[in-house]
Amino acid sequence: MNQIRFLEPRADIIAGRDEIRAGLAGLVPADCLVTEERELVPFETDAFTAYRRVPLAVVLPETTEQVAAVMRFCSENGVPVVPRGAGTSLAGGAIPQEDAVVIGVSKMTRLLEVDYENRTAKVQAGVTNLRISDEVSADGFFYAPDPSSQLACTIGGNIGMNSGGAHCLKYGVTTNNLLGVTMVLHDGTVVELGGKALDAEGLDLLGLVCGSEGQLGIVTEAVVRLLAKPEGARPVLFGFDSSEVAGACVADIIGEGIIPVAIEFMDKEAIDICEAFAHAGYPMDVQALLIVEVEGSDDEMDATLKKIIEIARRHNVKRIKESQSALEAATIWKGRKSAFGATGRVADYICMDGTVPLGQLSHVLRETSSIIDKYGLRVANVFHAGDGNMHPLILYNVNDPAEAEKAEAAGMEILKLCVDAGGCLTGEHGVGIEKRDLMLHQFTETDLNQQMRVRAAFDPAWLLNPSKVFPLDLEMRGTGRS
Amino acid sequence: MTANDTIAPASEEEAAEIVRQAAANGTALEIAGGGTKRGIGQPFEAGRTLSAAGLSGITQYNPAELVLTARAGTPVAEIEAALAENNQMFAFEPGDWRGLTGANGAPTVGALAAANISGSRRIVAGAARDGLLGVRFVNGSGEVIKNGGRVMKNVTGLDLVKLMAGSWGTLGLLTEVSFKVLPRPEAETTLVIHGASDGDAANLMAAAMGTSAEVSGAAHLPESVAKRAGLDGGAATLLRLEGFAESVAARLERLRSALTGAPELSALDDARSKPLWKQLGDVAPFAGGMKPLWRISVAPMAGHDVAAIIMRRTGGEAFYDWQGGLVWLQLDDETEAAAALVRETIAECGGGHATLIRASDDIRRAVPVFQPQAPAVAALSERVRASLDPAGVFNPGRMVWNGGRKAA
Repeated sequence: MNQIRFLEPRADIIAGRDEIRAGLAGLVPADCLVTEERELVPFETDAFTAYRRVPLAVVLPETTEQVAAVMRFCSENGVPVVPRGAGTSLAGGAIPQEDAVVIGVSKMTRLLEVDYENRTAKVQAGVTNLRISDEVSADGFFYAPDPSSQLACTIGGNIGMNSGGAHCLKYGVTTNNLLGVTMVLHDGTVVELGGKALDAEGLDLLGLVCGSEGQLGIVTEAVVRLLAKPEGARPVLFGFDSSEVAGACVADIIGEGIIPVAIEFMDKEAIDICEAFAHAGYPMDVQALLIVEVEGSDDEMDATLKKIIEIARRHNVKRIKESQSALEAATIWKGRKSAFGATGRVADYICMDGTVPLGQLSHVLRETSSIIDKYGLRVANVFHAGDGNMHPLILYNVNDPAEAEKAEAAGMEILKLCVDAGGCLTGEHGVGIEKRDLMLHQFTETDLNQQMRVRAAFDPAWLLNPSKVFPLDLEMRGTGRS
Repeated sequence: MTANDTIAPASEEEAAEIVRQAAANGTALEIAGGGTKRGIGQPFEAGRTLSAAGLSGITQYNPAELVLTARAGTPVAEIEAALAENNQMFAFEPGDWRGLTGANGAPTVGALAAANISGSRRIVAGAARDGLLGVRFVNGSGEVIKNGGRVMKNVTGLDLVKLMAGSWGTLGLLTEVSFKVLPRPEAETTLVIHGASDGDAANLMAAAMGTSAEVSGAAHLPESVAKRAGLDGGAATLLRLEGFAESVAARLERLRSALTGAPELSALDDARSKPLWKQLGDVAPFAGGMKPLWRISVAPMAGHDVAAIIMRRTGGEAFYDWQGGLVWLQLDDETEAAAALVRETIAECGGGHATLIRASDDIRRAVPVFQPQAPAVAALSERVRASLDPAGVFNPGRMVWNGGRKAA
């Protein structure tokens, strides 16, 4: 495999590690600092496990003030900082380096305020995504973004990656549901951006911070929007004879003015894998499956479904299966949301995340399969079809270096295909280290230099999450590092 | 604003060349589209006006993709006509502010982005900044920059799209914008609650937004404003429902039963509902004249308190959108904006911000038009601005008060 490079760890920092660790020990309680080699190992990577680097130290602060103290210390000593939520990044966004201090938010788990009248919740950054909805569910509310890792992933990480999920077709992604943050800048300065109002004053720094992959600061608290739960929700399965027909059906549903809450797509390979894992009752005699979720009262859902079924029939839908109970609905979603985990049980895989305009879905599916054929590999396609966010899972054997190299090459070709079809490299997983060196396929050097200048307005010394997002040679040129 | 000459380049490359020259010569540029919002912001001096009006036309629009791309100087009317032909719309429901600014030109799509203009549906469908998927712009060094794209989900690199939205032409000259569009709802109806006080209306709107009825507009008009908007029966609290006809009917019943105990209720059909919400988006109740007009954004439950405290001291009129969190407040005295009072009141009521959308040049020179920021945030914003426009070419000083000094 072509190893993704990192900046060379700075020898002076590594040499001074004992002093740095001692300095950190003076800033946070003892149980908030990890320096034992054995205990540092769990922080060496995230969900992009092909790359591992043991950090110099891990700090797990409990308060914004502690984060600020650690940031100030690292800034004064020129020590890189890698922010970390739950470490579920699929793009290597939280992978540290030997000269870096990881600041994790896993101890910042307090739900600070729920305000139903203004429909907001204020949480510390380490609160998990699903916990917000769990806390307010009994009162009829929920927090909309629902990444598949929602049981584990934190709001801080969601803000770093601008996370999406299956239901963002209707409700939007993190940036559309975030009202404010408390953030610590590189030098320990604490700023508040936004609040309970629906928009903030001045330049939209909140919008800039959301999705900045931990390079602009560390978010310690967030104000998010709560929404009233729909009266009911019902996922329905539609099975088709080919992926292309299913893709065309998606375009027609949207084109006729129906925006369901979710339209998820699975091809035959993905259906087989997910059904074997979740026993969700997916039809096995079809080549492609759509999970379409509608919301409302029973009558409303019936009326919307009638329109969708008419469209599906025009595309010769082979199987239609409505969930008959809440349990069945939950199983249908369990199958979909465990797609990555279930795939991991049958093979190693790399997951792509390109997004394409809806009109290009069929074309991109067809071309993806010819790229995969060309390399002699297998692919499982499972993705958010309603907003064009593709997730081809390229299956390979990690112990076969030649096959691993092919898988990576195929993945890069698929991402370029998405960009060439008018789309982008990543819809919700982030650039991290994984897609960093493809950025020049989507952007010009001028575009990236502008983004890097904006980044430097927040972090002039480039200490926050280095070696990520921007092609390494551009970062080296910008910072004079090697 | 006194700009001597206006130049409207016909291409992005030409625009970039003009900016490069201006940066080299130290000439400040006023950025304009249709020129209908020139009177908003701090007054500032510029050697020339750089207009996007020559960069016009829809460049890409396939309705089934729910995305429209247009050059920044395209008139909004041209785009709305194209959308209407395909039964689509901007979900963020941009208003037309010509009535309130008294300007005549044709508002452009670039200005919707640059001013982040969002109407009543913002509470469920997001603001202009949420609908804006991609931009091309010329930065202050005369480089053409692309950011975002034409897809709904995109986390590739830093989100400069959001930064450009609402930057009032102070970061760059937008040359092309891509907006998400949505199908028009098949039907709409507005449930009107008559006679509620501003405070009771806040509670009613919060209750309505807490139901599963999917209210897509929640506004309150005190009696005098309601009357001007053509509604009899005292103050009017408006709750809009949109969607497929059978769904709207079902949700209307759900909403009615959730609001038992509310004062008198009536429902407006599609034909009466649409023009009413258009009036609110256009801020039509406060069109005409030069009375100072504040746009105040706070937590929804705080809006009525903020307005009451300010008006007790100054006199004036207000109406509420966004469940009460967006307050349009017009003062009675044409010569006094009461900026300190407005901002202190907001701070006391839990925070938020206020923009002086309309006032005479003299008043706008004397007070901060945009909300003053905490020093650390203000400094950060200035560093970000300088990273895009290092020479300070674009609309210098429009968003940040210079302390009342007359610009040289």
